[in-house]
Amino acid sequence: MISGRGRAIGLSLAAPLLFLAFWHLSTAGQPFSLIPPPLEVGRQLWDLTFGGVWDDLYSATLLEHALASVGRVYGGFLLAAALALPLGMLIGRVALVRSLLDPTLQLLRPIPVTAWLPLAMIVFGIGPRSAFFLVFLGAFYPILVNTVFGVRSVEGRLFEAAAMLGVSPSAVFWKVVLPAALPSIFTGLRLGLGFAWVVIVVGEMTGVQTGLGAIIMEARQLSRTEIVISGMVVIGLLGFLSDALVQALGRRLLRWSPQHG
Amino acid sequence: MADGMMTQAALNILDISGVTKCFSFNGEPILALEGANLAVRKGEFVCLIGPSGCGKSTLLRMIAGFETPSEGRLSMWGAPVSGPGPDRGMVFQDYGLFPWLSVARNVGFGPAARGRPRAEVEATIKRFVDMVGLTRFADAYPHQLSGGMKQRVAIARVLANEAEVVLMDEPFGALDAMTRENLQRELLEIWERTRLTVLFVTHAIEEAILLADRIVVMSPGPGRIVADELVSLPRPRDPTDPEFNALRRRFSALLGSHH
Ligand SMILES: Nc1ncnc2c1ncn2[C@@H]1O[C@H](COP(=O)(O)OP(=O)(O)OP(=O)(O)O)[C@@H](O)[C@H]1O
Ligand SMILES: [Mg+2]
Repeated sequence: MISGRGRAIGLSLAAPLLFLAFWHLSTAGQPFSLIPPPLEVGRQLWDLTFGGVWDDLYSATLLEHALASVGRVYGGFLLAAALALPLGMLIGRVALVRSLLDPTLQLLRPIPVTAWLPLAMIVFGIGPRSAFFLVFLGAFYPILVNTVFGVRSVEGRLFEAAAMLGVSPSAVFWKVVLPAALPSIFTGLRLGLGFAWVVIVVGEMTGVQTGLGAIIMEARQLSRTEIVISGMVVIGLLGFLSDALVQALGRRLLRWSPQHG
Repeated sequence: MADGMMTQAALNILDISGVTKCFSFNGEPILALEGANLAVRKGEFVCLIGPSGCGKSTLLRMIAGFETPSEGRLSMWGAPVSGPGPDRGMVFQDYGLFPWLSVARNVGFGPAARGRPRAEVEATIKRFVDMVGLTRFADAYPHQLSGGMKQRVAIARVLANEAEVVLMDEPFGALDAMTRENLQRELLEIWERTRLTVLFVTHAIEEAILLADRIVVMSPGPGRIVADELVSLPRPRDPTDPEFNALRRRFSALLGSHH
């Protein structure tokens, strides 16, 4: 018998392996393939990471680019969280703040993050600051919306329970609202971080020197398709790891929640 | 000192006089309860029975301080009730436990929120978790418990908070018959040991006769108290007993005659 976990891992690997096989069979040995075969991408990825294969401008630069992107993703994300969390709690709990800010925020929300890019470039200039701003904006709304939802949808019964147990009105926020809203807030953070990874590439495609988005774009102009694909693979992996980290944190923090624990 | 005790003995723990509650629904007034009078003595086990919509929950929620009377006076130890407070603990039909806290933390929630010293909180938790038989589940979260276990936590939570009056709104209504019987027995044991004052709302005549010192019968449209009778059967009570049956017929008639 294969254990449940082993089986799950085996099953989850089936599709990627099948895809790799298909990719290999349809590209390897073809003289005029637009897409390089997986082994060549693998070699390129090795060279990007450690060098020693091509020894060109890109060799062993992966860490630098990855760090630049990771820094922007987490920087923008943390700034978004630092703003969206308190703002969401205020909008959710204080009627005055809600009437003051909610309509405006709802009006701005349908504007796609990417549509802000030209304006960001005008304001912040061509460079990493635009990318940073885009990440911030991409992460901001999911966190805000879920925080507002979380603090607004606390079961009324819990307020009654707290009141009859002697919780003072001023303590209700910390003792009831915040913990009750935590699963929602957490969902918002997770979505926001995922979105930050989506947006970073777009942000870095506009004249930024470093970053995974930047080398992807540059490599395309030089027809280095292996680098383009290598960059995509690394972004995928980093996004996946970053999400796994957040989820692990959530499982620890939200053990009590049947949806998370 | 002796004077104070005299006053306490003479006072009712709860005094409800001329209490009326009017809600408005879609602009129309709804008279949920009209002119309710009820005096409860310390240590009494009072059951409120009556058909759906006769204002049982409304009355209980006013005593708890969740609603304010439209007319009349409602006081505890002679002092007007002005809002929810730890002296009146409520056990809800849907439990109302904090899902993010373990059984132990739910039980200790009140004392901790009221700033009791840590060691005292821990001792209180242990005592009341043991009392309701959940020692093995002290670290479990509410979603890991059965309905009966959740209701035990809810009961322990108000006991741990030193509630003097325990208000119970159909606490066992959602449980299966066997669990309900167990909890009824355990509640009686706890009540006999602690001599709490209990106000217990139920639909079931049999449950009321099994538990109560005194049964208050209500009727709807508008909600009123129509009868208030003592139950003097010795405990433990046996539902197959002829005297029990006689009471069952009596309260059925009281309920039926006001429909
Ligand atoms: N918040 C409210 N707003 C408007 N009407 C209400 C409200 N709460 C209760 N009522 C009305 O008051 C009346 C009494 O309701 P209550 O819940 O006290 O009845 P009950 O005796 O507890 O019934 P049940 O046995 O079904 O629980 C009902 O007609 C109900 O519609
Ligand atoms: Mg009710």
